[in-house]
Amino acid sequence: MALQTLDIQRRSATTTPSPDVRQNLQTIEVAKLIDVSKCIGCKACQSACMEWNDVRDEIGVNVGVYDNPPDLTADSWTVMRFSEVEVEKDKLEWLIRKDGCMHCADPGCLKACPSPGAIIQYSNGIVDFQEEHCIGCGYCIAGCPFNVPRISKKDNKAYKCTLCSDRVGVGMEPACVKSCPTGALVFGSKEDMIGHATGRIVDLKERGYANAGLYDPQGVGGTHVMYVLQHADQPELYHGLPKNPSISVMVSLWKGVTKPLMSLGLGFVALAGFFHFIKVGPSKEDESEHESEPH
Amino acid sequence: MASLAPTFGRGAMTNHWVDIKNANLIVVMGGNAAEAHPCGFKWVTEAKAHNKARLIVVDPRFTRSAAVADYYAPIRSGSDIAFLGGMINYLITHDKIQHEYVKNYSDATFLVNGDYDFGDGLFSGYDKDKRSYDKSSWSYQKGADGYVLVDNTLQHPRCVFNLMKQHYSRYTPEMVSRITGTPEEQFLHICEMVAETAAPNRTTTFLYALGWTQHSIGSQNIRTMAMVQILLGNMGMAGGGVNALRGHSNIQGLTDLGLLSNMLPGYMTLAGDKEQDFTAYLASRTLKPLRPGQMSYWQNYPKFHVSLMKSWYGDAATKDNNWCFDWLPKLDKIYDVLQVFELMHQGKMNGYFAQGFNPLASFPNKAKIGGALAKLKYLVVIDPLATETSEFWKNFGEFNDVDPNKIQTEVFRLPSTCFAEEDGSLVSSSRVLQWHYKGADAPGEARGDAEIMAGLFLRLQGMYKKDGGTFPDPILNLTWPYIIPHSPSSEELAKEFNGKAVTDLTDPKDPTKVLVKMGEQLAGFAQLRDDGSTSSGCWIFSGAWTQAGNLMARRDNADPSGLGNTPNWAFAWPANRRIIYNRASCDAAGKPWDPTRTVISWSSRQNKWVGMDVPDMRLDAAPDENVGPFIMNPEGVARLFAVDKMAEGPFPEHYEPFETPIGTNPLHPNVISNPAARVFKSDMEAFGTARDFPYVGTTYRLTEHFHFWTKHARINAILQPQQFVEIGEDLAKSKGIKGGDWVKVMSNRGYIKAVAVVTKRLKTLTVNGQPVYTVGIPIHWGFKGLTKNGFLANTLTPYVGDANTQTPEFKSFLVNIEKA
Repeated sequence: MALQTLDIQRRSATTTPSPDVRQNLQTIEVAKLIDVSKCIGCKACQSACMEWNDVRDEIGVNVGVYDNPPDLTADSWTVMRFSEVEVEKDKLEWLIRKDGCMHCADPGCLKACPSPGAIIQYSNGIVDFQEEHCIGCGYCIAGCPFNVPRISKKDNKAYKCTLCSDRVGVGMEPACVKSCPTGALVFGSKEDMIGHATGRIVDLKERGYANAGLYDPQGVGGTHVMYVLQHADQPELYHGLPKNPSISVMVSLWKGVTKPLMSLGLGFVALAGFFHFIKVGPSKEDESEHESEPH
Repeated sequence: MASLAPTFGRGAMTNHWVDIKNANLIVVMGGNAAEAHPCGFKWVTEAKAHNKARLIVVDPRFTRSAAVADYYAPIRSGSDIAFLGGMINYLITHDKIQHEYVKNYSDATFLVNGDYDFGDGLFSGYDKDKRSYDKSSWSYQKGADGYVLVDNTLQHPRCVFNLMKQHYSRYTPEMVSRITGTPEEQFLHICEMVAETAAPNRTTTFLYALGWTQHSIGSQNIRTMAMVQILLGNMGMAGGGVNALRGHSNIQGLTDLGLLSNMLPGYMTLAGDKEQDFTAYLASRTLKPLRPGQMSYWQNYPKFHVSLMKSWYGDAATKDNNWCFDWLPKLDKIYDVLQVFELMHQGKMNGYFAQGFNPLASFPNKAKIGGALAKLKYLVVIDPLATETSEFWKNFGEFNDVDPNKIQTEVFRLPSTCFAEEDGSLVSSSRVLQWHYKGADAPGEARGDAEIMAGLFLRLQGMYKKDGGTFPDPILNLTWPYIIPHSPSSEELAKEFNGKAVTDLTDPKDPTKVLVKMGEQLAGFAQLRDDGSTSSGCWIFSGAWTQAGNLMARRDNADPSGLGNTPNWAFAWPANRRIIYNRASCDAAGKPWDPTRTVISWSSRQNKWVGMDVPDMRLDAAPDENVGPFIMNPEGVARLFAVDKMAEGPFPEHYEPFETPIGTNPLHPNVISNPAARVFKSDMEAFGTARDFPYVGTTYRLTEHFHFWTKHARINAILQPQQFVEIGEDLAKSKGIKGGDWVKVMSNRGYIKAVAVVTKRLKTLTVNGQPVYTVGIPIHWGFKGLTKNGFLANTLTPYVGDANTQTPEFKSFLVNIEKA
């Protein structure tokens, strides 16, 4: 039993089985719980994310809101979303939601990804991008029901929150959780996090939030990043958090019903290529193009 | 601080950060703890999570604190005394006060001088020309024995309780709402919630910061709340108290060490011009008890003072020369920052040292500050960063439109280390002196502040030695015992503050018995003496570095009581007490008001006070001796009536900001603003009126930045890159402003341009029958650093301060706004 195993459970565009020598090892599924009702929007998590992952977004501009950077980017893997709402008349609420990858149990990005091994899912549930395999096609963005991955303009590869798989892999909590001053972010086994959330929901209901609840959407098989929401019946209030997220029909088709057909098609292509090689020989590199690259 | 000492005796947060978790109700007002103190705010979260505490936020803006509050109410900036005065009225008329507490632990029963009076906005003794009071009538009636007369039945019309009741009877809910703009039902709802904690086993804690201090009535804002806490019986209790959240990590240390122009270390005060006689100087500060049997701890003033002088002047300080009293400056007036820059502006100053201080950015009316700096011959800036002050002479276009050719000030920049580049202690809001270690060496030629000051001092001393001078003694005789003279270490300085025995200290009862050997560190300030046998650089820090070593470096987080009291974590002044006035957590008989939160209690078996905290009481003072819990006050009790301790009156009264949006004071139209606030003539002329500047401007900080420092840090700059101002939807609509538009905000002193954030969080308030709109102005931008260049917010703010502390009125002034 371990949180920190980085055994791979699934791999994009791959049909061969993942290593499973540790058959007797029961990996615990992990989860980060984001308690929106405790969040003060201090952005310590954004700061810690930049520090740990060594990413620095550009120093931007103010676009008329507190949110900054104003959206997720290839360098900003988490951002705070500030929403001013009045669920009850004359009772303003400032809902502050930390946005980022939800680490779906059934990840749309991974399903959509055509590049073998560019997206993997560990057996503890973390969905991780392996940028060296990324071809920059952007299918993961189309596949994501939460609009999270971003393609970097620097290297044309997709980036997003790793749930600090490198920290979790050595028994530490994600950097954002470590930095949170109010305990709005907690991390542990998914089971424990659901338990923790249950207590929080009791507290919120006692304080008058009749519809407080846990956000762990089943349309994507549940998530490894969950929210405690004061208004769980209206997740859209929280800067458009989808009420019933699911993987887009196109991706489902692409990887579901049509996948065997596609594989068949790919097989034909490969076979055709093989015959081309036999008949024509290896394709020659264009040397002049190489020389023009800076060294 | 100038409000807490007059009320309770000490000018400091009474409880501590962790103790907030013990509260039943937390009121954040005059501050925005979630925004400005996010790490400390975790204890609010803990109180909510584990103590079912409720959180109330009262603020002109729906803040980040309000985002997690159980109840929020808006209030017009600058009207807090009306709100809290109304609360006092509510508590009295609904009989929601803790009677036993008020009777025993406050001056409610004390009889007040027959000449004391209040009418039409003024207290007795006002001198209109001097804008100040003759405070002689603000006093108690005394008997032939010299003690104050009391009426324990509270029936006497001149007792403090009845005068207070009468004073606040004008603060009806209707009047409160009319002044504050807080809807009446919201005000009353908050009063009900607060009133519930008048029960002896319930506590409210108030968290405040600059939202109360930065007003021309700042000190009295805080005093009004302190009075509420007395009436509720919340002082000295775990989960209660008055919690002044300090902004800079060591600003508590600044006041503790007396770095204000009229102060000496440990809240002792410099003599005034008329106090040339040492005996009289001491006598006026050696406060005799005003009620029988009271500790009146300032009776020990001579011990603290003589020990300070021994620390500074060593062998040169003798009884015969009054311990060098004549070498101390005597004040003709207070030289606060506003006064200093006024003098500079008048061309009366030649040089100025800005050490860890960026006055061009941090002080009001940038045009005046910049104009004043331009009149100096030299300016020395000691800072780790290139600050706006250090480049005040440079043209940065619209942001700092000056002509360098016309500025002859010579500027010296001495790069200093930052906190992470030096060892030392910081004093937190909780009065905890915590030692920290250097994390990295400073870059380039940067030196520690102590090294810089020592270098300057030694050169200066050398010049006096060589060339002589008018009055060389205080410079030539200053004790300088440091191993490396040009670089005193933090350890050496800390030991000096703690103090040591100058000679063997013998037991007064048995002169053959040596208590402390010559040269040894003292165990605490109780060992200080006034005969020159002890030295201590700051008596309240005594106990921090004893013979046992550096207690500030302790890191034992054991919490035996479970109340978050960690007696072996670092060191808290005074005497490692974590909750001051903790005697008041027990009833008169010495039993805790709330046994589930016992701080201390009287043990009749051991015949002494015992508990989780260091008792704030003479250990063997049995309850029937009636020694009051507020041991610094000669009364022994907390003051509802501040006698002569405050500039503008013994009871707080609502006065409008100097720039008021309503142009009148609904309580007394003849006296609108603080009649005792000091206003310089040219600044009075620079005030604007609501006709030209109809909106309330208020400045504040954001979590993403720390003052004007972190705009130099990349990550902070990414998180809030560009200057903005916030306006409500109504005002935005009427001005045709949309979120993201550029706007120009003007006051009578200048303008800034910024991006508009249009928000529901700033509501239009109805004040005195008219709509009042607020323009919110975060301060963090300037023309140095990594963020987008911006305007100094203090271009707009008025040059007037609180009548007691001279803290500028940054929170409430008048502006206009238009689309840029």
